[in-house]
Amino acid sequence: MIELKNVSKWFGDFQVLKDCTTSVAKAEVVVVCGPSGSGKSTLIKCVNGLEPFQEGRITVDGVSVGDKGTNLPKLRSRIGMVFQNFELFPHITVVENIKLAQLKVLNREDQEAGIKALQLLERVGLADQAEKYPAQLSGGQQQRVAIGRALAMDPIAMLFDEPTSALDPEMINEVLDVMVELASEGMTMMVVTHEMGFARRVANCIIFMDAGRIEEDCTKDEFFGSERGQRAQIFLSKILHH
Amino acid sequence: MNYNWDWGVLIREPYLGWLISGFGWTIAVSLVAWILAFSLGSVIGILRTTSNKWLSGFATGYVELFRNIPLLVQMFLWYFVFPELLPHDAGMWVKRDLPMPQFTTAAVCLGLYTASRVAEQVRAGIEAIGQGQRNAGLAIGLTPAQVYRYVLLPVSYRIIIPPLTSEFLTIFKNSSVALTIGVLETTAQARQIEEYTFQGFEAFTIATLLYVLVTSIVMLSMRLLEGRVRIPGMISLGAK
Amino acid sequence: MLGGFDFKVIFDNIGFLVEGMQTTFLLTIVAILGGLVLGTLLALARLSPFKPLSFVAGTYVNFFRSMPLILVIFWFYFLVPHVVGHPVGGFQSVLVAFILFEAAYYCEIMRAGIQSVRKGQVYAGQALGLTYAQNMRYIVLPQAFRNMVPILLTQAIILFQDTSLVYVVGVKDFLVSADLIANRENRILEMFTVAALVYLVFCLMGSFIIRRLQRKYAT
Repeated sequence: MIELKNVSKWFGDFQVLKDCTTSVAKAEVVVVCGPSGSGKSTLIKCVNGLEPFQEGRITVDGVSVGDKGTNLPKLRSRIGMVFQNFELFPHITVVENIKLAQLKVLNREDQEAGIKALQLLERVGLADQAEKYPAQLSGGQQQRVAIGRALAMDPIAMLFDEPTSALDPEMINEVLDVMVELASEGMTMMVVTHEMGFARRVANCIIFMDAGRIEEDCTKDEFFGSERGQRAQIFLSKILHH
Repeated sequence: MNYNWDWGVLIREPYLGWLISGFGWTIAVSLVAWILAFSLGSVIGILRTTSNKWLSGFATGYVELFRNIPLLVQMFLWYFVFPELLPHDAGMWVKRDLPMPQFTTAAVCLGLYTASRVAEQVRAGIEAIGQGQRNAGLAIGLTPAQVYRYVLLPVSYRIIIPPLTSEFLTIFKNSSVALTIGVLETTAQARQIEEYTFQGFEAFTIATLLYVLVTSIVMLSMRLLEGRVRIPGMISLGAK
Repeated sequence: MLGGFDFKVIFDNIGFLVEGMQTTFLLTIVAILGGLVLGTLLALARLSPFKPLSFVAGTYVNFFRSMPLILVIFWFYFLVPHVVGHPVGGFQSVLVAFILFEAAYYCEIMRAGIQSVRKGQVYAGQALGLTYAQNMRYIVLPQAFRNMVPILLTQAIILFQDTSLVYVVGVKDFLVSADLIANRENRILEMFTVAALVYLVFCLMGSFIIRRLQRKYAT
C-alpha cells in the first residue's frame, strides 16, 4: 500500500533523512519509533507530500507522491492524517470540522456529510460534543475528533504523527483505544509514537529510526525479542521503564 | 498672553460651513482610501505568504516600495509627476478630465500607501496561525486556495482586528496630508479659519475634537466587533 | 519621456539639497532623543501604581495618538509664539511639536516592552529582596529594552519620513528644498523622483540595519 524506496531529504545542508526504504502492506500497522530528531515526523510527512524530498520514491496505492504530475490534494484526500497538536480548526464547531473536507473536497451533499459526521462522532464516543467548538474540549477529546475528521474521507490508509505526545497521561488511553479499534478493523496505519504498549498490542512491524536512518525494520516479535541492534536496545531501555 | 477669545466664530457662517464641508471631505477620502487599502492590502498580504517565489517577491517589493517613501512625497509624485509619465492622451485626460482630481489622487495615493501596511498585518495574522493548521488543511485534501479560504483567513482576520482598526485610524489621520494638494479637508479648513479670523485656538480645537471623537467611536466599535466574532472557548486569539 | 530627464539640475543645486537634508536629520535626531526621554517618563508614569499620574499620562498619550501630525504641527506653529510672547522660528515650533507627538508613540512602545517581561522575572527579583527601583533597573528594563529596540528604531524611521510634513509650515527640510528647486527650475519630474529615491534608500538602509541588529541580539 505504502512504499518508500531510498528516500533522502535535506534541510539546506543538513541531511534529515538518509536513504530510507520500507513498506506498509494493506491492513498492516507499522509503528515508527526513535529518539527526538531522528526524522520520524519528517518521514511520515513525506508520505502524503506535506514535506518534499529530494531523492528516492514514495508510492501510495500505486501513485507516486514525488511526481510533478501527481494531483496532491486528491491523493491526500485518500490518506488520513492525525497530528501531534490535533490541529482542529478553531473557528468552526466539532461537527463542522468533520464535514468541511467532505463538502469541499469530496463534494458530498450537506445532509450526507452531516450524517457521516455524527456517525463518526458516535464511533469515537463524542456524539454529545457535536456543536461545541474545539477550544471547549479537552486534549483527548480534540484528538478523537481529529481522528474522526480524517476518517470522514474514507481513507485507504491513516498516518499518525505522535498522536498522544501532547496529551496529559490520563487522556492517552482514550485515544489509543480508538486507534486499537481502527487497527482491528483492518485499517492500514503508519504510526509515529513512543507508546510501546500500543506497539506491542497492535503493530505488525516496528521501524526504529536514528539520525535520519532506518536502523531496524522488523516484526513486532523480533523487535521486542532479543535480536536487535544496539541503539534500539538503548532506546527501548530508556522508555520501557514506564 | 494677548488673545481675543471668540468661540462664536465656529458657529458663524461661512466658517461653520467650511468646517462641515471639511469634515465631509475627510470622511470621504478616508473611506475610499480604506476600501482600496483593505482589498489590495489583503491580496498582497496573502501573496506574501504563498510559496510561489514570483508572487511573494512581487508582494514584498510592493510593500518595501510603498512603505519606505514618505506619504507626502508619494502624494506629490501622484499629483505632479504621474500625469507627466503617462502617454500623451492618457496624461491629458488625467490632467483635464479626471473628475475631482485632488480628491481622487489623494484617495488613490492614500489607499495604495496604506495597502502596504495592511498587507503586513494580514501577513502577520496568517503567519501567527502556524504551519500546523496549514498542514492539517492540506492533509484532508484541501487545495492551497481552499486552505486559505476555509482554514487560515477566517481565523487570521479575527486575530488582526486590533491592528487593522489601527490602520483605519491611521488612514483617517493621514487624510490630512491631502491638504497639500488642495483637498479642503478638516485640518485645511481649520487652518483657513485661522488665517481669516486669527482665532486659531477655536479653529484648531474644533478640528482636534472632531478627530478625537471619530477615533473614540472607531475604537469602541472595534471592541464591539471583537466581542461579536469571538471564537467560543478561546480566551485570546493568537498562536498556540 | 525619459529622454527629457535632466540630472544636471540636481548637481547644480546639490549644496541646497544637502542643507535641506541636514535640517531633516537634525530634526529627526533631536525629536528622537526628546521623544525618548519624554516617552520614558510617560511610560513609567502610565505604569506607576499612583492612579492620578497614570491617568494623566494615559490621557496625554491617547490625545496625541488621536490627532494627525499635520494638525499638531499647525497647533504648535500657532501656539508657541503666543505662549512665549514673541514670534518664534518655524524650526523651533515644529521641533516642540515633533517631540511631544513622538513621545506618545514611544511611550506606548516602551510600555508594551516593559509589560512583555514575564511576571515571573519580577517575582524572582522581589524574592531576592530587590526594591521596585532595583528590580526595574537590573531586571525589567534591560530585558524590556532588548525587546523594544527594533520597534523603537522602526518608529525612528517613520519619524524620519514624517519630518517631510514640515512642508506645511515652510521649514526648509529636504523635501521643501527639493520642491523649491523643482518650481524654480521647472524640473518637477526630476526633483520629486530623486527625493523619493533618496528617502527610499535611507529607509531601506535603516530597515536593513535593524534586521541585522535583531538577528545579532535575538533572544
